[in-house]
Amino acid sequence: MLTEAPPQQPVPGTIIFDGEQAIKGYALNKMCFSFNSRINRESFIADENAYMNRYGLSDEQKDAIRKRNVLALLEAGGNIYYLAKFAGIFGLSVQDIGAQQTGMTVEAFKEKLRRAGE
Amino acid sequence: MARIVGGITASHIPAIGNAIAKGLAGDPYWSPFFDGFPPVRAWLDRVKPDVAVVLYNDHGLNFFLDKMPTFAVGAAAQYSNADEGWGIPTVAPFAGDQRLSWHLIEGLVRDEFDICSCQEMLVDHAFTVPMQLFWPQGTAGLRTVPISFNTVQHPIPSPARCYRFGQALGRAIASYPQDLRVVLVATGGLSHQLDGTRAGFINKAFDEMCLEKIVDRPEELTTYSSIDLVREAGAQGAEFVMWLAMRGALTGTVRKLHSNYHIPISNTATGVLLLENTADV
Repeated sequence: MLTEAPPQQPVPGTIIFDGEQAIKGYALNKMCFSFNSRINRESFIADENAYMNRYGLSDEQKDAIRKRNVLALLEAGGNIYYLAKFAGIFGLSVQDIGAQQTGMTVEAFKEKLRRAGE
Repeated sequence: MARIVGGITASHIPAIGNAIAKGLAGDPYWSPFFDGFPPVRAWLDRVKPDVAVVLYNDHGLNFFLDKMPTFAVGAAAQYSNADEGWGIPTVAPFAGDQRLSWHLIEGLVRDEFDICSCQEMLVDHAFTVPMQLFWPQGTAGLRTVPISFNTVQHPIPSPARCYRFGQALGRAIASYPQDLRVVLVATGGLSHQLDGTRAGFINKAFDEMCLEKIVDRPEELTTYSSIDLVREAGAQGAEFVMWLAMRGALTGTVRKLHSNYHIPISNTATGVLLLENTADV
């Protein structure tokens, strides 16, 4: 018998990467997956627009990539594990992107993490 | 017969791989984390496992979202690491144990866990970083079976499902006819969140409760839904399901020999746990 999923309260400040996001973000995540390879990273850097066209990104996704805007990339279906490979091209750490998403300086973001241990 | 000697756990942040490569273990930022490992290494030297069954989640090295198995069991003679795109040095391959892999696959499927078997499987930092932490001199003489859990794309397997997966895995290991000492390695966690306006979320009280209950009352942790785990432990804190699977595999009585908890490394609350299996099997 098929059981119905129990209703779940949304988690604040969090997009659950589910089927809906997986559909929306497929092209974007596929492009980011390709960044496992150095040749692909170099080819993206050489011509970002051509590279994005090759993977068929939507205008919303292209715009978010051009702006390096992580929240917009998540909104456009990006999965953080794949977006981290995109961020890696620019040497950005998870603290850099954490700061960007929370509107904090990197120092303030690191301090917030440190204080979570108190 | 094969015997599970115990279970060990560690967080698996990529930055740890860089810290190891740069020799930063003694650095003030890193030492509260790295100091959590010598007691586990001493125990490993004493119990001398033949095989490590490693429960981890792939982050887009071996699997892409085109095909996303819930549970994937390695069945290769060797497992290689590769470029993940963010500059962690690639480490040497790990030896497999194909006969044991297929025995585990048989047992899991017989127990109604319809896993994906992988005769080729790249292992990412979630596998390699904990292996480097536990075996800093390398893993010569140790064979491995990697088991990857989907914690990347919802629906992810629930805490209860992962605990039961661990129980089935434990039964499969215990029924292997060869005399082997097997250690379970679970990686990931504890609380952390990389994405969204909630990035940087850490929940010390929840982690401490998990570290306590997983020893003697793990069933109480299986009542959380996957989304509960995201809420309480952060989006990537849901990796705790691998720890629960490890605990499920330890049949009978366990004894906590060591634990360490430190906030933060990178964006993560890190945990280390050593549970010895005291049951006679």
